Amino acid sequence: MSDRHPMTGNEMSGSERGGLERHSYDVVVIGAGGAGLRAAIAAHDAGARTAIVCKSLLGKAHTVMAEGGIAAAMGNRWPEDNWEVHFRDTMRGGKMLNNWRMAQLHAQEAPERVQELEDWGALFDRTEDGLISQRDFGGHRYARLAHVGDRTGLEMIRTLQQRAVALGIDVFMECTVTELLKEGGSISGAFGYWRETGRFVVFDAPSVVLATGGIGKSFKVTSNSWEYTGDGHALALRAGASLINMEFVQFHPTGMVWPPSVKGLLVTESVRGDGGILKNSEGKRFMFDYIPEFFKAETADTEEEADRWYDDKKNNRRPPELLPRDEVARAINSEIKAGRGTPHGGIYLDIASRRSPEYIRKRLPSMYHQFKELADVDITQEPMEIGPTCHYVMGGVEVDADTELSGVTGLYAVGECSGGMHGSNRLGGNSLSDLLVFGRRAGEAAASYAEGLGGQRPSVSEDDVKAAEQAALAPFESEGGENPYSIQQDLQQSMNDLVGIIRTGQELSRSLEEIEAFKGRAGKLSVEGHRQYNPGWHLALDLRNMLLVSECIAKAALAREESRGGHTRDDFPMTSDSWGTKNLVLRLNAAGDGVDLAEQPLPVMPEDLQTYFESK
Amino acid sequence: MAYDLNMRLWRGDQDGGELADYTVEVSEGEVVLDAIHRVQATQAGDLAVRWNCKAGKCGSCSAEVNGRPRLLCMTRLSDFDPTETITVTPMRTFPVIRDLVTDVSYNYEKARELPSFAPPPRDADGKRRMAQIDVERGQEFRKCIECFLCQNTCHVVRDHEDNKPAFAGPRFFLRYAELDMHPLDTHDRRQLAQGAAGIGMCNITKCCTEVCPEHIKITDNAIIPMKERVADRKYDPLVWLGNKIGIRNKDNDGRSEL
Repeated sequence: MSDRHPMTGNEMSGSERGGLERHSYDVVVIGAGGAGLRAAIAAHDAGARTAIVCKSLLGKAHTVMAEGGIAAAMGNRWPEDNWEVHFRDTMRGGKMLNNWRMAQLHAQEAPERVQELEDWGALFDRTEDGLISQRDFGGHRYARLAHVGDRTGLEMIRTLQQRAVALGIDVFMECTVTELLKEGGSISGAFGYWRETGRFVVFDAPSVVLATGGIGKSFKVTSNSWEYTGDGHALALRAGASLINMEFVQFHPTGMVWPPSVKGLLVTESVRGDGGILKNSEGKRFMFDYIPEFFKAETADTEEEADRWYDDKKNNRRPPELLPRDEVARAINSEIKAGRGTPHGGIYLDIASRRSPEYIRKRLPSMYHQFKELADVDITQEPMEIGPTCHYVMGGVEVDADTELSGVTGLYAVGECSGGMHGSNRLGGNSLSDLLVFGRRAGEAAASYAEGLGGQRPSVSEDDVKAAEQAALAPFESEGGENPYSIQQDLQQSMNDLVGIIRTGQELSRSLEEIEAFKGRAGKLSVEGHRQYNPGWHLALDLRNMLLVSECIAKAALAREESRGGHTRDDFPMTSDSWGTKNLVLRLNAAGDGVDLAEQPLPVMPEDLQTYFESK
Repeated sequence: MAYDLNMRLWRGDQDGGELADYTVEVSEGEVVLDAIHRVQATQAGDLAVRWNCKAGKCGSCSAEVNGRPRLLCMTRLSDFDPTETITVTPMRTFPVIRDLVTDVSYNYEKARELPSFAPPPRDADGKRRMAQIDVERGQEFRKCIECFLCQNTCHVVRDHEDNKPAFAGPRFFLRYAELDMHPLDTHDRRQLAQGAAGIGMCNITKCCTEVCPEHIKITDNAIIPMKERVADRKYDPLVWLGNKIGIRNKDNDGRSEL
């Protein structure tokens, strides 16, 4: 052990002399959101010496922003609910492009993963008989989301964080991994730097679990925080693993649109689950005009039926406001484009006229607080102005459904940075359960692989470490170049304009050209100052990942000539059966400066599961 | 509605530093963190500031704005006169790392000293049952986003480095209270709250409650009840009487002391 602080490493000053800091573990988990923490807990419980490495302080990861709840068919509100119904909802929400095995495992194991959180101290809202309460959400047939008001993500991360601390798992906070290290085809460790000091760290470890979250910071209007720069996606590509489904980016229907500084900030789907409705500037409840054929049989077609559904789900169909997110986001986009938007370019989300102020404050305390403090809007008295915001990437590292192992031996991926589980569109609430179910599976698999190696571990090459150091310091080499902030801003604008919610072949081609130009500019950028806690330098390194991931999204989006889930092509507006059997796979190209794309058949569902989708 | 804002930002590290002047264009609806980000993007690329969600949910961007402990992302510029200079300094109770970023590891050390939740076995059907009214007490405390502004403002440690080893601070009194009021926990942590956590050093000036961005009533709902429970355990004649006539809380019955 070095002289770093046992928890944070914060004792080392930037000026301190000395070489590289080295640590050795069985399993290194990169990322400390729900997936990373759950994976680390599982690896630790399986007996592995485990470390968590995260870019921010412990407990600040993006999971904290999750609001609505954790989807799990516990049947506490509706005994009719079970894993089979949840599985069917998930597959239909993903427009059948999901990896069926992941969707099955997810639906089967989510209830126990939620119950486990309660064993570790989570305090969920209760039903009248004292069980964990479950709430309605888009695309879920029954009220299924375990929740704590509208701050479920905070409860989840704090519970997992407290569990990890109680178990004594080592945490390297504010430490960014920039390269994965390999020997032959197998993982041998990871290379990174302490944000605080700029000092480099090498982790010797045969198993690495990527749990780095998403890519939203490549878009201008997003609900995602600065950390979401696609680090895991890019690390996996550079290590030789493949990504799938990168064309599918979820635009959440309801982000704040005003004031400008919070544009994109999430407004939870629970507002609609708890009775909120969408209206255009003419006061019309427009979602009834946008019910797609695929969901007609299960969606209410009159306001009366929709309103009855909240209390009587057996005899009424769901309100169209609770269609899956891709459908609602597209509808909102169309209304705004047709000139029926609000003064600030959104549409109205109204719960004030539908529920009492007491009910709203009780069920949606964070939303009440957020609008009151940031926009001066009292949501118990007036409607909110909202519009679509980049929220989640369905695509990610291609993994084995049961173990989350990528194409590289020793490299696992879980949560948002993995792909397949959600197909072309994720249902609300399925993210938090995804983190828990597959986090645990990956942690166990990673620990078991490390143990099985015995003393025969792949070793870290000193040449690779030198190369990683040079790559990390490159931004300091050139002087007088452009600063990374301006390149990032231009990339965000470009992705927003050309690879956004509605896409065309022409615009996607242009975006690929622009990304090439950004790569050129990024190669010549320079940063000021020194290595100690230098955000400009950190961004310069993250920018490489953002560019690689942006290229994946644009390239896959250009190739998929159909519209499905989180991918809408104006020039190919229909869903195509032939595309419904294919995944698009991306790998790093031979030169290492871009990605190659290939088609691959979607795994076929066994016949007994296929029966769930017949005749219903 | 754009205007030029004058800001003074503390720049430096553990060896010292000073307030630096910046003038930056800001517009309607922006918060202090927006202005700092613009300084960073256009004038000082290496300006260190810790932040994540920019929505008041993660508690990363704690600092002192005109001397008052605040979240930078929830401090609206419209709360200030456009001609006013806004001064931002790092939290004073924790050692500076660089510029506005402090070393908050004190809090993570204190978190590790606190024994975690210890539930009894689940009910026969594999589930647990608790009444909503009983979980609500703990839920208020679990709204905590760990911004550590309460720790920063608490005068027991703010200018008294020497008190830190013996004092866990308001954030962790919340946690003690949460577990003590948890309907299912089997541990009695009152002795620890008194001894290792030093709850007796708090003289309920309520500064922590005042700066809490989640508006948790730290003093009234967590610290004072916890102090009463500690006193209860230490045998207070009034509590003895309360026991006798049955008006004492029963949260600690059947728990094992740590």
